[in-house]
Amino acid sequence: MQNRITKCLDSLGKRKLLIPFFTAGFPSIKMTEEYIKAAESAGVDLIEIGLPFSDPMADGPEVQYASKLSLDNNLKLKDVFTMVERIRKYSDIPLLFMNYVNPIIAVGEKKFLTMAANVGIDGLIIPDLPVEESTSVKEIADKVGLSLTYLASPTSSAERIQMIDKITTGFIYAVTVAGVTGANKKFSKKTDDYLKMLKSQLNHKFVAGFGVSNSNDAKRLTKYSDGVVIGSKLIQTIREAKTEKSSVLKIEKFLKDIRKTLSLAKRK
Amino acid sequence: MANKRPDSKGRFGAYGGRYVPETVIFALDELTECYKSAKKDKAFKKEFESFLKDFVGRPSPFYFAERFTKYLGGPQIYFKREDCNHTGAHKINNTVGQILLAKRMNKKRIIAETGAGQHGLATATVCARFGFKCVIYMGEEDVVRQRANVEKMRLLGAEVVPVLSGSKTLKDATSEALRDWVTNIKDTFYIIGSVVGPHPYPMIVKDFQSVIGKETKKESQKRFGKAPDVLIASVGGGSNAIGMFDEFIDNKKVKLIGVEAAGHGLNTKMHAAPLTKGKPGVLHGSYSYLVYDEDGQVMLPHSISAGLDYPGIGPEHSYLKDIKRVVYESVTDKQALHAFKLVSKLEGIIPALETSHALAYIIKAKKKFKKNQNIVICFSGRGDKDMDIILKSDS
Repeated sequence: MQNRITKCLDSLGKRKLLIPFFTAGFPSIKMTEEYIKAAESAGVDLIEIGLPFSDPMADGPEVQYASKLSLDNNLKLKDVFTMVERIRKYSDIPLLFMNYVNPIIAVGEKKFLTMAANVGIDGLIIPDLPVEESTSVKEIADKVGLSLTYLASPTSSAERIQMIDKITTGFIYAVTVAGVTGANKKFSKKTDDYLKMLKSQLNHKFVAGFGVSNSNDAKRLTKYSDGVVIGSKLIQTIREAKTEKSSVLKIEKFLKDIRKTLSLAKRK
Repeated sequence: MANKRPDSKGRFGAYGGRYVPETVIFALDELTECYKSAKKDKAFKKEFESFLKDFVGRPSPFYFAERFTKYLGGPQIYFKREDCNHTGAHKINNTVGQILLAKRMNKKRIIAETGAGQHGLATATVCARFGFKCVIYMGEEDVVRQRANVEKMRLLGAEVVPVLSGSKTLKDATSEALRDWVTNIKDTFYIIGSVVGPHPYPMIVKDFQSVIGKETKKESQKRFGKAPDVLIASVGGGSNAIGMFDEFIDNKKVKLIGVEAAGHGLNTKMHAAPLTKGKPGVLHGSYSYLVYDEDGQVMLPHSISAGLDYPGIGPEHSYLKDIKRVVYESVTDKQALHAFKLVSKLEGIIPALETSHALAYIIKAKKKFKKNQNIVICFSGRGDKDMDIILKSDS
């Protein structure tokens, strides 16, 4: 299978992946598009679009806040699909949806995945769909050309890590510490050891996420991993900005700074 | 048949499974293994039964509701008195079982979600008895409407954490408990209070609650020389109902009825009736009937009864509905309140608002049953905890 994600991964060379996460519709769908544009010009490699869900059990306070605000503003799935269609008119940056499984069930697995692929989404991350429950979604994803990123956790057994490596298409998302998403987590030697272990075990490229808040984190975590995902910290940054305009500038600057730390190595 | 559910993947037909973050899988595997070995261990069974007898006060009474029967003028009504249990509801059967599993697994810390506070109270109680640190998640709205239970939990040494997100009721308390669990997964045991959540919880909770049905079967045999004709239980997550029904699933002569909360009415958005008004979906780790919109967003449920105020349902109920083994009905807040007051006056027993839904159903549907039929209602809990709500509804 080839799509924008696999192309990006294949051409990575020495470059580390920088992946921002934006909750769709936070604070509005128009602004989400602005952040995506800013992120692309800051030099990120892929972008995760979080579809807000009413019961985000794997998420900490920031993503909960952003999701609730987005849903309170009556964001609908079709608004997100329309935004992606618009973005595809001017950008080829790889885009992933990160969403819980119930919206997929609500729309219908086949319909949801086909629609996503048709508007220009390249992959999915579904935090509450572990390997065992994903058979039918995986089958459809393969058919429509969507990469399916699975999560690995510090609590995953060696056997499960093999299983995840086998089934993943695209890259693997390594949860840094057992817990929910959220900024400012403390990483320890244990985190390093775990990422080191993954590096030795995985055939796929893998990125570290959950709690990545600054350049130091990004540098530390990419010693062994192939990149980082930053989400909650971006939501914080948006919340702290005084105006919408300044929030876009702040996001761009923040991501540019991290990009620099991760080296500016060009793709092959 | 009853013993074959769920299958090895935790499925009841199409329902159930484990829709959880990867981090949680190892803990579910660990729990599955522990439970498997405990189930074979005679000492575990003996300890569980001894606590049910001496700490909980089992067997619970099997009571002929003479004046209620006379009032209805139809079928013979019996109450299986789970309200007589220590802490006042069926919830303690399950928490005794799960705390013994936590002990077996050498966990240090217990967490639980609670709606009406009965499961929180039952959890705090066993934590006190076995010396565990205990954190209870409870929606802020429930903290207010079930004040007395909050005070009791605190007295027992538990920390009660009010949950401010979403509906501020059971749904969000459960999400918050899951977030705590995923964060403290190594040393924390999550005592889930109903037949919901990822496998193996629906199976474990069913097994611990099945004592209700076993005692009912034994006592019915003694009194009627046969099984009861009809069993009725309220369903929120569905643990008292499954506990009551499980023993009788294979006996097709026994009619099984589950009663959901219709809140302000099934034609409004203010209800908690997933089996009647929902469709299959995923919430809190399992695939089951659920109330949600076209985008998959879960509806904020409503019921006057905090214990039924949940948009989902245990996966086995979804299966039993689909195969038509159990009939699911519903009653409104108003009907439940009426039953609450009526049964209190007629029988001198104050039922929980959850139980009142089962009672309200028989009041509503009495004409559907014959005079010679024996109906056993699972009297899941007592209503002391609901006095604030009752007084408020009067004013």
